[in-house]
Amino acid sequence: MIRFNSKRLIIVILTTLIFIKPLFSAESIDPIKVNWSFKELTGKFDRASLQRGFQVYKEVCASCHSMQYLSYRNLGEPGGPEFTLEEVKAIAASVEIEDGPDSQGEMFTRPGKPSDKFKSPYPNVEASTAANGGAYPPDMSVLVKARPGGADYMYSVLMGYEEPPAGMKLDDGVYYNKYMIGQKIKMASPLSEGIVEYSDGTEATMDQMAKDVTTFLAWAAEPELEERHRVGFKVIIYLMLLTILVYLSMKKIWSRVDSEI
Amino acid sequence: MSDQEYTPKSKAGKWFNDRLPLLTLGSHLSDYPTPKNLNYWWTFGGILTFCLLTQIITGIVLAMHYVAHADLAFASVEHIMRNVNYGWLIRYIHSNGASMFFLAVYIHIFRSMFYGSYKSPREVIWIIGLLIYLLMMATAFMGYVLPWGQMSFWGATVITSLFSAIPLIGESITTWLWGAYSVDNPTLNRFFSLHYLFPFLISGLVILHIWALHVPGNNNPIGIDLKKPSKDTVPFHPYITIKDAFALLLFMIIFSGFVFFSPNVLGHSDNYIPANPLVTPAHIVPEWYLLPFYAILRSVPDKLGGVILMFGSIFILFVLPWLDTSKVRSAVFRPMYRYFYWIFVIDVLLLGYMGAMPAEGIYLALARIGTIYYFLHFIVVLPVVGLLEKTDPVPMSISAPVLSSGADPALAKKDYDKI
Repeated sequence: MIRFNSKRLIIVILTTLIFIKPLFSAESIDPIKVNWSFKELTGKFDRASLQRGFQVYKEVCASCHSMQYLSYRNLGEPGGPEFTLEEVKAIAASVEIEDGPDSQGEMFTRPGKPSDKFKSPYPNVEASTAANGGAYPPDMSVLVKARPGGADYMYSVLMGYEEPPAGMKLDDGVYYNKYMIGQKIKMASPLSEGIVEYSDGTEATMDQMAKDVTTFLAWAAEPELEERHRVGFKVIIYLMLLTILVYLSMKKIWSRVDSEI
Repeated sequence: MSDQEYTPKSKAGKWFNDRLPLLTLGSHLSDYPTPKNLNYWWTFGGILTFCLLTQIITGIVLAMHYVAHADLAFASVEHIMRNVNYGWLIRYIHSNGASMFFLAVYIHIFRSMFYGSYKSPREVIWIIGLLIYLLMMATAFMGYVLPWGQMSFWGATVITSLFSAIPLIGESITTWLWGAYSVDNPTLNRFFSLHYLFPFLISGLVILHIWALHVPGNNNPIGIDLKKPSKDTVPFHPYITIKDAFALLLFMIIFSGFVFFSPNVLGHSDNYIPANPLVTPAHIVPEWYLLPFYAILRSVPDKLGGVILMFGSIFILFVLPWLDTSKVRSAVFRPMYRYFYWIFVIDVLLLGYMGAMPAEGIYLALARIGTIYYFLHFIVVLPVVGLLEKTDPVPMSISAPVLSSGADPALAKKDYDKI
């Protein structure tokens, strides 16, 4: 009879799979690992970083990238940048929103309100593609969730602009970025030292801006993150306590039977 | 069974029960004699019922806010995530719930394979179960299309295009399925409609599945027929209900871990990119639970051949009760089958892994070996092992493991410990 240890075989197979995997995934570099404050199980966003990140988004990214699923009111909601109501109103009012038609059938513009969606820089995808050399700047609402490396990847791309290696020819309007798949990107490095002057006095280094704006994008993609973590802890603690109670009941009930549970 | 003798105590109860014997049914379900030696692998039936109900309830709520239109679907999902009260929770439960549902169903199926639960007299339970599984796959596939992200769109394109492999009428069938000349708004609409319908068909089949189970009663870890009710059985309530509740709670803790702390880890990030018919993703992969079949599909160089093998890999399960020639049910007493059982489990895991990798080089080679072995397991291994194998002695009952004549009592003790 063949003696067989199934556990050992499973371990052997899994180790083999782990070892053959790296051989075939060399087309892009792993993103820089950043110790984000929102990464842990109890993670929260850094409020000040979110506010600075919004400033970077508004002054730099928003000139090309839309964020159409967010409303200005979100900026004041708990778990986000938590601007005060006055600040949110001021941010919204700084934008001209097209509304209408009015009673005469005419479209008109008015200052934005907190309930308005973020105004997009282009009227449609075609316009934004045409204005950006044929590459459509993706909407940023869920961008962090839409890339395999998430926030680490966003940060890495912002920091990954370099001189192309010797011998690599790049077309006009194409830039070298070592974290992009294929190492080519159609967006010029959006950040440069001091492109933003932070209203809270923080020094606007490349690293600082990249971290802040990535934090903001991570929140934009998952505005529910803090609440999710909080509710999750309560739910799991509740379930664990209930599990213990049910386990004890089960032990008691099954003690009447001469059988293992 | 003692069902027939049940009479409600109250007058009103008796009046009602004479007209519709619901109380008799309740009493039958509560008293249902269940083997007392069922292990935790048997708790997944209850867990699956929970999964189905969770999917239906969260799904109905999601449908109140979702818009099945190619231009609006993606935005309506984001609306659910951002503006609907606890919409993120409902959606994450629903999307992770699908994965948990499949995790549970795979454990349930592999449990059945290990303990021979598909064998006579339980073939019909097995076949109904497979029909449920088929409907689950169709439902999950269509559900994955609804958010109308890149993987939704391209997954739908790949899977529906399979039908174009059918000779002569393939193209017409595909157009008919799409309701258009490509995956488009009509496709999304009908997928939504069917995605809403199928869970109720599954519910109906679940009732039949349980009904069919209650005719012969549960199989059990030692796979022997029991006298019911007897010292070997316990009433379903409270013994099995409390045990199922305990296992379900453990399952819910894992489920919650996914929902609250890594809700997107089982999904694909490309599905947060709105569907774009002009841009094909680098790798189109289905959800993890369909990967073994995807690997089988791609391991055949010919499209029609791949489709036939893929469907064949599921349909061969329907004849499993007749391919397994062994009279002994439980693998506990089948040393040779046990060995091949685990190879089969590893083979399916391997196929799943290959399904996630690009179909080239060593991955393709391994996927082909895996596919060939998958079919060999059913067509060659199972019939032959059943005939060649010398099974261990099987006890006569759970309470007192008496041996079939001539066996060594010490061996029986050893076997009993293994259970």
